[in-house]
Amino acid sequence: MRYHPHTPEDERRALETVGAGSIEELFADLPAELRDPDVDLPPGMDEAALLEHMRALAEKNSTRGPDFLGGGIRRHFIPSVTPHLALQSEFVTAYTPYQPEVSQGILQATFEYQTMMCELTGLDVSNASMYDGASATAEAALLAVRHTGRDRVVVSRGVHPETRAVIETYLRPLGVSIDVAELSPLTTAGLDLSDEVAGVIVQQPNFLGYLEEMRRLTDEAHAAGALMVAVVDPLSLALLTPPGAYGADVAVGDGQTLGNPPAFGGPTFGFMVVRQELLRQFPGRIVGQTTDVDGKRAFVLTLQAREQHIRRSKAKSNICTNHQLTALMATINVAALGPEGLRQVAAGSVERAHALAQRLAAAGFAPLAGSRFFAEFVLPVALPAEEVRSALARRGVHAGVPVPEEYGLGDAVVLAATERVSDDDIDALVRALDEVGAKRPEAVARG
Amino acid sequence: MADFPLIYERSKPGRRGAQPPAVREFDLAGALGEENLRREPPRLPEVSELDLVRHYTQLAHRQFSIDANFYPLGSCTMKYNPKVNEEAARLFADLHPYQAPETAQGALQLMYELQHDLCAITGMDAFSLQPAAGAHGELAGVLMIRAYHESRGEGEQRRVVLVPDSAHGTNPATAAMAGYEVREVPTGPSGEVDLEAFRAAMGPHVAAVMLTNPNTLGLFERRIVELARAAHAAGALLYYDGANLNAILGRVRPGDMGFDVVHLNLHKTFTTPHGGGGPGTGPVGVKARLAEFLPVPVIEKRGDEYVAVEDRPRSVGRMRSHFGNFGNLVRAYTYIRALGREGLRQVSGYAVLNANYLRVRLKELGFRVPFDRVNMHEFVAQPPEGLKTLDVAKALLDHGMHPMTVYFPLTVKEAMMIEPTETESLETLDAYVDALGQVLERAAADPDYLKGAPYETPVRRLDEVKAARQPVLRYAFEEG
Repeated sequence: MRYHPHTPEDERRALETVGAGSIEELFADLPAELRDPDVDLPPGMDEAALLEHMRALAEKNSTRGPDFLGGGIRRHFIPSVTPHLALQSEFVTAYTPYQPEVSQGILQATFEYQTMMCELTGLDVSNASMYDGASATAEAALLAVRHTGRDRVVVSRGVHPETRAVIETYLRPLGVSIDVAELSPLTTAGLDLSDEVAGVIVQQPNFLGYLEEMRRLTDEAHAAGALMVAVVDPLSLALLTPPGAYGADVAVGDGQTLGNPPAFGGPTFGFMVVRQELLRQFPGRIVGQTTDVDGKRAFVLTLQAREQHIRRSKAKSNICTNHQLTALMATINVAALGPEGLRQVAAGSVERAHALAQRLAAAGFAPLAGSRFFAEFVLPVALPAEEVRSALARRGVHAGVPVPEEYGLGDAVVLAATERVSDDDIDALVRALDEVGAKRPEAVARG
Repeated sequence: MADFPLIYERSKPGRRGAQPPAVREFDLAGALGEENLRREPPRLPEVSELDLVRHYTQLAHRQFSIDANFYPLGSCTMKYNPKVNEEAARLFADLHPYQAPETAQGALQLMYELQHDLCAITGMDAFSLQPAAGAHGELAGVLMIRAYHESRGEGEQRRVVLVPDSAHGTNPATAAMAGYEVREVPTGPSGEVDLEAFRAAMGPHVAAVMLTNPNTLGLFERRIVELARAAHAAGALLYYDGANLNAILGRVRPGDMGFDVVHLNLHKTFTTPHGGGGPGTGPVGVKARLAEFLPVPVIEKRGDEYVAVEDRPRSVGRMRSHFGNFGNLVRAYTYIRALGREGLRQVSGYAVLNANYLRVRLKELGFRVPFDRVNMHEFVAQPPEGLKTLDVAKALLDHGMHPMTVYFPLTVKEAMMIEPTETESLETLDAYVDALGQVLERAAADPDYLKGAPYETPVRRLDEVKAARQPVLRYAFEEG
């Protein structure tokens, strides 16, 4: 295929205008000895063959069947209207709104997004989005370091292992040390903070699915002069105490649960919302309201003196492109659902997760229920977690995010539910778990 | 005329749009704990589905886009985003990152093949598809450079990253974020890096040099091989910012020019949509001696099985969660397979032809071109004496065309950076030239006209100072 429109006549006319004999001549500045390398790529395809090829690849995947996968990404219901509106050409093929007069669509939708994120988190200022929850959390750790001038952060083991890995990637080169706060057994124990700590990072609900005592942890962080960074599932905030209400300074997380397809984990979007006092240290693009020369309300990228294209090496972050389109999709989805619909999705997921846990207990399994959980919880299993997940997949059930060894729970999986899970789905999972020999009765369950 | 309403201003208590499955009888407070429940519901819009459709459809119409407008933003490669890419991406949209890998072999195979294709295109030896954007890829790249020097015991000694004064802002910001001191190398009178200054700045304290080639003036750095030699002789590594790869696809490869690390912008060269400001995607590639430092996961083929490998002890680690912006990897892969080897080579050919055509035509109109020679995929111009770039850009909006990138690079006064891309026809380029010609004529006849432009856009020039001085960053609900 080709997407350039040039006819031979166009090519001739353009070359004549620029005074070149051929397109090759335009590349005369390239080092002759390096030109026209042997590029090991197959020839192009026509569209029919291409789609055939892509479908064949897609058919090597399977997404059908009951689904209990979580670990930060869940397949919640997304109404048809959401992708239809978000994926309009004008949104999809625009770029960063550098010319606000002709970018009011994206700018205003982002202002609406910022308002929703402030409402959900109970904090003052949201940026226009970030890459994903993990990198947004790492940026929050950097913000805490800048704001306090301290060089140590404390991260709960309940924070998603991949998120902790990203925090380490970002902080290590700057010489910031990272301490892990242990779980006891399913939620974060006392913190015992020194006065060198810039920030405390806790996830709610935590990676295993359980609810942390955010108010107590926030008070402990503040008593040590540290910032509290709450890593939250934004959907859960339809029900749970918002970070602003327990005194958190920063709320971050991944927005996938607000209405992005899972897409093998990306693109989703990260969000960051902070208290007003942290605005000057805030990374990323922000949209603000102003007026045009006729006095009409209008929106524009603002407070750009924090950003890389102005401040270069003194910027608060190197972030440039954010995740506008996936954030827009969430904005539209939240507006489509409204406060009641969003609450229904969240409450339905909680109810279904608890129904699943009960059903498992009744069938002789031992889901860990020592702490309250939201829409995910841990099930100890009698076989290695990856084996359980594969065996379930062979029976057409997608379930069982492996719990890493560091949690000390032995062989165990995280199970999640969404509002879409049916009683039949639950039966299918319980039956399949039984069939694959995953049952690890209470008597042998540690944790 | 009244202000265009916010979705919040279309809201009415009790109105419902989409309705998810009903929730069964359940004691929420009992399950979650009264103390964990929020007291006030979040204030979110309450609109019908049709209200929602009208609102976001009308908002879309208040927006320029490639699909509706010529959009020659320099350095952004705003080319046509093929619809077949979207079709292909939908085939993979439902995959969960934690499903059993044997149920996601198609996705993993695609990533494995894309790693190979990007190596072939750039002349590098290994790729990681993790980073979520160009700047994110830069960070991954500079962290690898850091890890490389540390592995050789030179971590303490090499504290400096050099960037040209014409570099993208992300380059110095990235180097600083990775803990480096940033020093600038001047551009010489030819518009290329000053080789003597470059050699003088080089030394045992330099960890890396970050370059774009062609550079941000749209000029090919003709002495790139000497620059690479000078850097390598001093033990420094050469970093390639892939923002401008569209210019050289299939013609010359960063790896062959001597670059050790590259990042690509899939949303520029490889047609994944810009999305109004992301999601981008910034895979990062390296030469063999740096491969062990690549961010995880890297996809490997073991026997007949494709595996996402996390256990790479010397890796710089994870840049983000999961497999990167996978949806965009599908789009880029689809594009590469559509065009194939020869098609990709045509891309750079016509991108460069279009840019040179516009340069010549703009000069005829009276625009100044500070570095007037054959350019690559873009060029930098200045408006005729006496005119402001900002005013010309704003006047273009009334012609239904998006302006060029303005006031960048910082090294050229009143810079206009123009990148038409290969997907535009000569008719479109001629229309742009005509529009610019009309703007100049109006400006000559009525000097105040440009200052007031645009006139016909949904809103006119904004008070940006007010936006920054009295920040209003969220909707203020009326109390009561």
